[in-house]
Amino acid sequence: MLIESVNIFLLALLAVTAIAAVRLRDLFAVAMMFGIYSLLAAVMFVLLDAVDVAFTEAAVGVGISTVLMLGTIGLVGRYERGSVRSSLLPLTVVVATGATLIYGTLDMPHFGDPTAPVHQHVAPAYITESPQQTGIPNVVTSILASYRGYDTLGELAVIFTAGVGVLALLGLRRRKRPGKEGVGQ
Amino acid sequence: MTIAGLYNYWIVILLMMTGFYVVISSGNLVKKIIGLNVFQASVFILYISVGKMSGGRVPILQEGVSDYSNPLPHVLILTAIVVGVSTTALGLALVVRIREAYDSVEEVEIHQQDESL
Repeated sequence: MLIESVNIFLLALLAVTAIAAVRLRDLFAVAMMFGIYSLLAAVMFVLLDAVDVAFTEAAVGVGISTVLMLGTIGLVGRYERGSVRSSLLPLTVVVATGATLIYGTLDMPHFGDPTAPVHQHVAPAYITESPQQTGIPNVVTSILASYRGYDTLGELAVIFTAGVGVLALLGLRRRKRPGKEGVGQ
Repeated sequence: MTIAGLYNYWIVILLMMTGFYVVISSGNLVKKIIGLNVFQASVFILYISVGKMSGGRVPILQEGVSDYSNPLPHVLILTAIVVGVSTTALGLALVVRIREAYDSVEEVEIHQQDESL
């Protein structure tokens, strides 16, 4: 019961943080809100038994993403200009999409239901067979590094491509305004 | 019971729609990318929520424990987090480049400059 209460509390905090990030116009504050949001998400992951995901999110989501955002804000300016457009159309689209998605959840298995289809098929096979096949007690590690090693290699290709893209966009040219750079050089 | 059982999904949808709203309504390109990241993190929470089993343990095998939460969503989301930060970095680099070319990161001003060419 304690876990359920903490779960409800954390999700409420996440919602508050996200809505605060929408309303703020100072991008520095928005980036900080995003950092808090990611950290709360990492705490959620610990609660939901996903410890590997939690520390990746804490390192990458809270650390690297926020640093990248702050670096960009340092280069492009801190304040968002007030919107001149009406927010009615986006609000309508968002509410309609949200209502459709909520309708879609109505016949989903309930949270934590042990009889849900997701717990019946492939996962038990990995849990019972991976210790004999790989000798690693952490099932997430054995799937990531052994069974799905090629997927992880593909992930590295994505990171490499993104790195090449960032270098091509920013790194290999002379800058027009030498005073503006500072981060990411 | 329905509300308690579906509460996670509904809050996740609220978070998703918050991120979506920022992406389509904000004129500032940096804020759009932050909105995209909020959306993305909410999808992570959705997947991990689906993998949770009541009474299940962290999927690190030990003696005397038979119920574990589903490790497959964890693996998928680990990959997604890392890919997500790569795309964020690329997007932010594009924003910096746009700022150099147009001297602005506001959509309205960029469109004005394009039209006046």
